[in-house]
Amino acid sequence: MIGRPSVPRSGWHPATVVANTPETTTAARLELDVDGWPGNAAGQHLDVRLTAPDGYTATRSYSIASAGPATGDTTRVVLAVDRVPDGEVSPFLVDVARAGDRFEVHGPLGAFFVWQPAAAGVAASAGDGEADAAGGPDAAGGPDAAGGPVAAATRPVQLIAGGSGVVPFVAMAQAHADAADATPFRLLYSVRTPADVFFAPEFERLAAASAPFRLDLVYTREAPAGWPTPPARITREALAEAVLPTSDAPLVYVCGSTGFVERVASWLIELGHDARAIRTERFGGT
Amino acid sequence: MSFITRGFGGRSRERDDRLPPGQTLVHDFPVLSAGPTPEVDTAEWELRIVTEGATHRWNWDEFNALPHEDVNTDIHCVTHWSKLGTSWRGVSLDTLFENVESQFDFVMAHSYGGYTTNVPLDELLDGQAWVVTEFDGEPLDPEHGGPARLIVPHLYFWKSAKWVRSLVMMPRDDPGFWEQNGYHIHGDPWQEERYW
Amino acid sequence: MQHLDGNALAGALAEFFSFDVTTAIARCNGCGAVDEFARAIVFTSPAGTVVRCNSCDHVLATLVESGDRAWLGFSGVSAIEVRRG
Repeated sequence: MIGRPSVPRSGWHPATVVANTPETTTAARLELDVDGWPGNAAGQHLDVRLTAPDGYTATRSYSIASAGPATGDTTRVVLAVDRVPDGEVSPFLVDVARAGDRFEVHGPLGAFFVWQPAAAGVAASAGDGEADAAGGPDAAGGPDAAGGPVAAATRPVQLIAGGSGVVPFVAMAQAHADAADATPFRLLYSVRTPADVFFAPEFERLAAASAPFRLDLVYTREAPAGWPTPPARITREALAEAVLPTSDAPLVYVCGSTGFVERVASWLIELGHDARAIRTERFGGT
Repeated sequence: MSFITRGFGGRSRERDDRLPPGQTLVHDFPVLSAGPTPEVDTAEWELRIVTEGATHRWNWDEFNALPHEDVNTDIHCVTHWSKLGTSWRGVSLDTLFENVESQFDFVMAHSYGGYTTNVPLDELLDGQAWVVTEFDGEPLDPEHGGPARLIVPHLYFWKSAKWVRSLVMMPRDDPGFWEQNGYHIHGDPWQEERYW
Repeated sequence: MQHLDGNALAGALAEFFSFDVTTAIARCNGCGAVDEFARAIVFTSPAGTVVRCNSCDHVLATLVESGDRAWLGFSGVSAIEVRRG
């Protein structure tokens, strides 16, 4: 589901760290208990605000790795944060934050980079289901209508992540599995080394679940022993081989650093994917 | 609802008596940008002063043939950082305006890339402003405004337009880009003229 | 300097609008392109946030924040389409 999903109303909430565990050599998984959290759709993000004793504040955005049923019945929120060298907020979250620490979060945020199982979106906005199903705001007759009359439930999804850009995708894949949704889901995930893979056990479980999900890893600096291809940055040709073909008219989500996202998005368009069916989310490093 | 987070101090914030109110010292050189960094080839670069009657132009070679000065000055960014004793080299606006006649009292600086900022003419003359092409003895990096930027060190640094291309005389003190969008029309750091 | 995209506007603008701005659709005054804010190019710095059209680079919107004050500019947008929800 894409276009006009149902997302809970955002607000500021106090968050308490429940657990901080290493996720990769440079990243941590933070499990938060967020007072009054209204739930979130898969792919949404939140803003973390830290306040120093002198009143100085710093705010940064992080994708949410968890996707509760967006009903407000869970206050558990999971983040996975990569340490940005010389960063201001991420070194605190990765290295300093421990169980019991408190800070503020603002969310859930953003309804654009979101995937929901078909039933959820249609129920949420009666009458708009058809337009949403075709993939975007112009779908209801606009010149850019993407992909033709493909129903949301059968429109395959291609996820493409660079590094910590995979965080919203673990939420989308989990929401897909939780709904036992039949939509084909594929994730192409570019990482530096095997030690840099986020959510490895979760992806293994998702691949084994009944909802169709497949993970394709690309190692850019160091591959596991016996890996069929030497480590290398992804190329246009490798991308063409690893993603769902344009004949499937997939919805494509791309998340990563600005450079990664722009490279991949321009290749997708060169390969014939519809620009309206590609959704991107870039993250910076401050 | 705001509360202090244990273990978070933020970046260290160094204060100094030479700083205007509300400023802290930095030793690096933060880059603030409202858009992509324009790539300006010096072969095509041109500086213009535009009045109600004439356009004065200097290409790169003509500009470099003008008398240059070394400028050692403190700079103050509205985002609360200051940098002391920065070294620049360029041409004083007194030199550039030597043969310029205008009835107008205000200047809009226009940059490659579309940025604008407004300054009264009498705050650009008498040794108060330069168009510089060097920082710390090196050609100015594009991300810091190269090949040439305006510096008006006695005002907040957003007035020191990067990638400057023209200075256009105007009858009123019309607001530039940031001045239209919340920042102060004048921008004196000692008066903390940060916002409207 | 690296830019982001309009998804990054969600938090800052949620403080002021009751709809999700990232999925609202704006028309660019510069080139007439009509697109979601989420697809815009966003430059963020401590001085403020500048939102630019992904087709023509025209400045669509600005956001300047200082403590409890904020300045929202939509000088480059002729209209914004918001869905009733």
